[in-house]
Amino acid sequence: MKKAFQKTLETLKISLPIIIGILMLISIINPLFEKYYPKIFTGNYFIDPLIGAVAGSISFGIPIASYVTGGELLKEGVSLLAVTAFILAWSTVGVMFMPLEISNLGKKFAIWRNSLNFISSIIIAILTIITLKIIL
Amino acid sequence: MIDKIKKLPGGVKFMLSMAVVYLIAIFVDKSFVLSSFNKFVQTLIELLPILVLVFGVIFIVNIFLNPETIKKHLGHDSGLKGWFYASLGSVLIVSPPYVIFPLLGQLKKHGMKYSLMAVFLGNRNVQPAFLPVMVYYFGLPFTVVISVYILIFSVLSGIVMGRVMEENDLVKMA
Repeated sequence: MKKAFQKTLETLKISLPIIIGILMLISIINPLFEKYYPKIFTGNYFIDPLIGAVAGSISFGIPIASYVTGGELLKEGVSLLAVTAFILAWSTVGVMFMPLEISNLGKKFAIWRNSLNFISSIIIAILTIITLKIIL
Repeated sequence: MIDKIKKLPGGVKFMLSMAVVYLIAIFVDKSFVLSSFNKFVQTLIELLPILVLVFGVIFIVNIFLNPETIKKHLGHDSGLKGWFYASLGSVLIVSPPYVIFPLLGQLKKHGMKYSLMAVFLGNRNVQPAFLPVMVYYFGLPFTVVISVYILIFSVLSGIVMGRVMEENDLVKMA
């Protein structure tokens, strides 16, 4: 029980400053860029998720941080397609962490896995939105 | 002082750098910064109950999850069970990348398949602990649909990675 509490506290210590930092960043950036979002994210089934996946690939972090970022961007007018690809790429594609992945798992694995997950994040985003449109 | 800052975790450095941005920006446009700060505080207050729930779930998972059990079931002779445990481990283990890659590197040395590593890394979005936040922002139908697709695609990605890395040869060599 004590070990579980310590582990949770450690996760909290890592996650909370990131979440607070992201909320601060979004709160100051969104008012500057929100007017451009409708021009960039037009609802195009290929371009929107592509932009989202590229943005998400730059980092590779704890998924909760991407949900907060994506959710706030969605509120400000970024398309769901782009946000979906963004949150998927955030936690499965990591350009910044490639050296760490290569050193632990090998170059071939890292390059193939990241490329595959980048493509998957676009496909899953498109499929998710289409499915939601059908069932809702 | 600089040494102390250097020793801080990356997330804390990021949060402090954002505070510095706010402090500098206040000299440029005070009302804009105050309005942004109000928005930040409002969003954080809205999110707090969800975060309490998230860390409650992480605590419960940590009580019951023993990483050694996951390790035991991910070897090269793990078969179908291995795919199940790779998915389960990925879904339940909440860790940042700088913990996950060394952990997988260690598991690889113990015979973990490349395909299972791909499954493990592909499923990171379906973590029950974080799902309340996803539901809060995107709704339940979205969360269910995307989770199903993630699980399906992680298995597909595992199959492709197994082929690409010529896993059969690897198993023979091991």
